Amino acid sequence: MRARLSPGLLVGSGLVLMLLLVLPTLALLLRSARPALGSALLDPTVTAALRLSLTTTAVSLLATVVFGTPVAYLLARYAFRGKVVLEALLDLPLVLPPVVAGLALLLLVGRRGLLGAPLAAIGVHVAFTSTAVVLAQLFVASPLYIRSMKAAFRSTPRSLEAAAITLHATRLRAFRRVTLPLTLPAFVEGCVLTWTRALGEFGATIVVAGSLAGRTQTMPLAIYAELERNLDAALAMGAILTLAAFGLLLLFRRLTRSA
Amino acid sequence: MTRFLRWALATLLAAALTAAAAQTVTVFAASSLTDAFTALAHSFEAANPSVHVVLDFAASSTLATQILQGAPADVFASANEVQMQRVTEAGLQTGPPTPFAGNRLVVLVPAGSGLRAFRDLARPGLLLVLAAQQVPAGRYADLMFDAAARAYGADFVQKVRSNIVSREPNVRQTAAKVALGAADAAIVYATDADGLSGVRSIGVPASLQPTILYPLVTLKGAAAPAAVRAFRDFVLSPAGRTALAGFGFTAPP
Repeated sequence: MRARLSPGLLVGSGLVLMLLLVLPTLALLLRSARPALGSALLDPTVTAALRLSLTTTAVSLLATVVFGTPVAYLLARYAFRGKVVLEALLDLPLVLPPVVAGLALLLLVGRRGLLGAPLAAIGVHVAFTSTAVVLAQLFVASPLYIRSMKAAFRSTPRSLEAAAITLHATRLRAFRRVTLPLTLPAFVEGCVLTWTRALGEFGATIVVAGSLAGRTQTMPLAIYAELERNLDAALAMGAILTLAAFGLLLLFRRLTRSA
Repeated sequence: MTRFLRWALATLLAAALTAAAAQTVTVFAASSLTDAFTALAHSFEAANPSVHVVLDFAASSTLATQILQGAPADVFASANEVQMQRVTEAGLQTGPPTPFAGNRLVVLVPAGSGLRAFRDLARPGLLLVLAAQQVPAGRYADLMFDAAARAYGADFVQKVRSNIVSREPNVRQTAAKVALGAADAAIVYATDADGLSGVRSIGVPASLQPTILYPLVTLKGAAAPAAVRAFRDFVLSPAGRTALAGFGFTAPP
């Protein structure tokens, strides 16, 4: 009896799925590798979408880290009534179809929405603005960060923090100097996953923020619109997103391996 | 195991036979035709029990792109000639496109809206939604604004355009934004207002109306060409015209 299956069998049976996972990306990159696509990148629609995607995802990532870290810590370290329900609710956006997320957000912040109506009364409009783009990204992507950090906080022994405190470190200092460095790989993972998910956000965004070049038309929305107008621009943007995502995943592998 | 295999084979064979008996006509139609073509397909199927009509609705620009990329459509009903031309220039048709319906633009607003006339679209802070530029409804809206610029001045149109908050992927999505109460106004077809509740439409002056024409074409590679021709003839027949008129479409010139 052999302890392991032969690599040949594994490769053979896995090949079908592996090809399916790799070939589409390859087809996109092959089709995109043309000099004409360089000039497509200078199209004002493309540059506007690129700028908007970078700024909105930067804001949503920052907000995720600032507001998500305490949530993850709370869920990892404290027990309270209804925690199971709360955790399920916070994971819900991950399994919800994005278009449903967009509809839910629109019914919240839209002109006649739950919060949108009172906000409109004081002259604040959220739907169809860049703020709505950020909200959509936060809604669908931040749970990924919370999950990563929650697991990391849980696996960091409390005794290490306690030891630091007995050595006259303040609680905050113990958290900063002991807990945070130990959770660094999870932090990087959470950030990469959240950022790439936000960058790719389409369904929720198009419903709650609409699609207007320069204001709410992020890269995925621009790709969808340009498919029917300027295929080169769509291909160029598709290639950029693919390469950026792949680069980040590679970087993440390296970082976690060295950590 | 053998019993299961025999059962599976019999089922497959039965399925294959049924599929061969039932002829399928795949129709790609503009979003604005959603209600009308659904009804037309039902009437057609009732009259031709051996034919099954498969409907796919999206922006004509989306459908044209899909057809150019090899989507298995037998009939293409477009909301304008530009998107039809993309398909015919590729030589995918079996005959010349035939105009089968017309339409007109309206301003769709929530039922309780304070907007009364077309010129109210220039009110500052109004949330106005249009279909995307490449989508026929969006293109017609742009043509209408060009006419409005000549009639009321570029300044008026500048104000209206600055109210645009989104250009949606198809005309039904555009109308939905008003129906959901998320937008204050949308430029859509008169026929889109009919099926929606909680909305009303404001007329667009006749002098600003672009000529809206829906052409229909049959495409190459159909598995059941006779059934495809029959469906086309049905849409163009007096019965088809009456059904379309019932949904608010005008007769082609």
